[in-house]
Amino acid sequence: MDGSVVTDSLPPIVEASGFSKTFGGRTVLRDAAITIRPGEIRGLVGQNGSGKSTFIKILSGYHAPDRGATLEVRGRSVDLPLDPGEPERLGLSFVHQDLGLFQAGSVLENLLVGRYATRRGWRISWRHETRRARRLLETFGLDFDPATPLSELSEVERAIVAIARAMSGLEAHGGLLVLDEPSARLPRDTVSTFFGAVRDVAARGMGVLFVSHRLEEVLDLTDTITVLRDGVVVADRRTAEMDEKDLVDSILGFSLEQLYPEPHHPGREVAMTVTDLSGSVVADFSTTVHRGEILGLTGLLGMGHDLVPHLLFGSIPATGGTIEIGDFAHEAARMTPRRAIAAGLALLPANRLREGGVGMASVAENVTLAILDRFRIGGVLRHRREEQTVKRLMADFGIEPAAPRLPLGTLSGGNQQKGLVAKWFATEPRLMLLDEPTHGVDVGAKKQIFKHLRDAAEAGTGILVASVEAEDLAQVCDRVLVFRHGQVVGELSGPELTSVRIREQTLIGRHSGDEAASQESEQRKKR
Amino acid sequence: MTIPKDAQLRGSGLRILLNRYGLLIAWALVIVFFGIVQTELFLRPRNFQTILSERSILLILTLGMLPGLAAGEYDLSAASTMGLSFVIVGWLNIVCGWPILPAILVALTAALLVGICNAFLIVILDVPSIVATLGMSTLLAGAALGINNLIVAGISQSLVDAARTKVFGLQMVFFYALALTVILWYVFEYTPLGRYIYFVGAGREVARLTGIRVNAIRAGSLIAGSVIAGIAGVLLAGRNGSVDPNFAPGLLLPAFAGAFLGSTSIKPGRFNAWGTFIAVYFLVTGINGLQLLKITGWVEQVFFGAALIVGVVFSQLAGRRTMNTG
Repeated sequence: MDGSVVTDSLPPIVEASGFSKTFGGRTVLRDAAITIRPGEIRGLVGQNGSGKSTFIKILSGYHAPDRGATLEVRGRSVDLPLDPGEPERLGLSFVHQDLGLFQAGSVLENLLVGRYATRRGWRISWRHETRRARRLLETFGLDFDPATPLSELSEVERAIVAIARAMSGLEAHGGLLVLDEPSARLPRDTVSTFFGAVRDVAARGMGVLFVSHRLEEVLDLTDTITVLRDGVVVADRRTAEMDEKDLVDSILGFSLEQLYPEPHHPGREVAMTVTDLSGSVVADFSTTVHRGEILGLTGLLGMGHDLVPHLLFGSIPATGGTIEIGDFAHEAARMTPRRAIAAGLALLPANRLREGGVGMASVAENVTLAILDRFRIGGVLRHRREEQTVKRLMADFGIEPAAPRLPLGTLSGGNQQKGLVAKWFATEPRLMLLDEPTHGVDVGAKKQIFKHLRDAAEAGTGILVASVEAEDLAQVCDRVLVFRHGQVVGELSGPELTSVRIREQTLIGRHSGDEAASQESEQRKKR
Repeated sequence: MTIPKDAQLRGSGLRILLNRYGLLIAWALVIVFFGIVQTELFLRPRNFQTILSERSILLILTLGMLPGLAAGEYDLSAASTMGLSFVIVGWLNIVCGWPILPAILVALTAALLVGICNAFLIVILDVPSIVATLGMSTLLAGAALGINNLIVAGISQSLVDAARTKVFGLQMVFFYALALTVILWYVFEYTPLGRYIYFVGAGREVARLTGIRVNAIRAGSLIAGSVIAGIAGVLLAGRNGSVDPNFAPGLLLPAFAGAFLGSTSIKPGRFNAWGTFIAVYFLVTGINGLQLLKITGWVEQVFFGAALIVGVVFSQLAGRRTMNTG
């Protein structure tokens, strides 16, 4: 990429080769090799289960590799497995998707955890630390008081603090920054700021290993890309030589004719009419969803589009409005999840392992939770029937591995999500509400989820998807509503419904058209 | 990271078996150990009858706490609730001369009211269960002493018979405890309710968003626990034939130790009935053996305290293991 300073003269920051890992007889990583040079931003991509996480966990010392693995850091050979604390001493810094922040602390405490510069022995010099923290935040274009409690920050700001913390460690060493899906939760408009910061880090001569499912981001940010498939490195190329199709093909190992299903035609029968729904930031939202229609809701983070499914479902209390489903009208303010389910709604929440399912419970238990009464015959829960149903659902939704008794948390993100989608489709809802159904989900799983949405729509289910993924919405939805400050400011359908138009509308909206309003609201959120 | 299926099924079969039945094996080892070092006293059939019968009240109390624990609520007042019902039965029946049936009814009603009160504090007023029931525990222990602070003997023979009549050499209380184990096992394994209770504890938000009546389940579990504690108090009066107002509160820690240790076996990572059954008898067998070796007094506390800690540590490890294998 332009402006990159990849240098071939210096020894690589990290040269890993022969990385293999076998769990109980099955090899999940086979002889993988990756080299990262100073100034290089390398993308690491692959479906869930392709060995990416295993590779990173070997680098971070969490897993011991099988024999034959070698690792050189700045030209010096390092013994594997790494001891705790060793990656940090070597200058390997990690930011994971969960960010690993101390939620009860302040920004300052989070930035400097474990590396307070003490003066006169033990005392922490808070003034000195605050100055350092402020400087660090400024390099990321953040200018709030480091004493702000982390809990007051938006998810985006927290992500940036996590990255700043990892980089503050690197400043001391010069080394490798490993970003494991850090941008998964960032709203689109802040991603470029974040990438600017990552490029700065690389420009200072450090290496970056960027793991992401968002292929367009990988193509945008990286200099080189390593593709893992079934534990084997199948491609190691310069980004400039690849386009999205090449990348998808090499990730999947076959040409993906279409990630998105064929277009279809929604019916005319009304599935749900919403009138003047209000609650939290959402004000007077009205719309009609037809049977077989896939309606998208989008907007920047905090604009309220993602609240609508919860307000309809009663999981966040509404203050007013009515919801008509079939012949029944429901007061939105009196809606509860229990009533919503009885009315034929289903909600797939965004947070998979907090709201969607229980990681320690088995796949089967999670999938049947909403339909458990079906397996009770004569007062007894019939486990065999339950298992048969689960097996059928797992096959339908392509959930791997097909072992109903495994804990849900041990499945990959994509398979967890397929399981939770299956859970709700098993209730045969009239109307399916989904909040960010493809977050942290690999391409293969995404394709299957879309296919099921489309199939359900064909069968007459109304579908409402809240998402910030413009590309997905443009391809899957029949109609997309764009939210701004809790109100619909744009509606796209037919030929107008493209990802570019969606992005435009989220940023500009119909009537205001000014960037100032959005910035102002960002500021408000900060304080 | 996906866990390879065959690894789960093949490679770690032995480990899963050890996980599940480790406590059962430990119980067997304890029996073998004391059988060797204290053959005469320990291996007498009468000693096993004592172990199984004498501590079955503790098992009932512990089982009563399971629904609450599974639903994510601690009831630190369970032992004091049992104490209250124990004292009420003794006081009404012996001191006031009431017939035994009304005395039992009053005792159980008191336990029910305690449960309702706990549920109100925890579910409606949103007080953390540890705090609410810690207060309740001390309050009830005091109230029991206020009702009657003397040891009284002479409980109605019909209650004594109901508790102590021997079948196959074991007192009836053992069979009551066994029946309760079966009932709880059935509820947790074979009813939707059991599944819902587990989800309310393990993922409250998931349960709520699936339309489960989270608050009703929390309240119901707490109230059921109190009523079972009340029943344990009545049976204790029958088994002992006398009432000691200072006895019951001391059973709180052993009960927690049993419940947590039980959650490491049979269904590791979950509070479960058979695990609890094994854990309680493992603990009391150990205590019994030590007593026969004339190591008494302090050792019981050390033993139960250590068991609670070990139980909690292992149940956490069991949870972490299932999550981190990828």
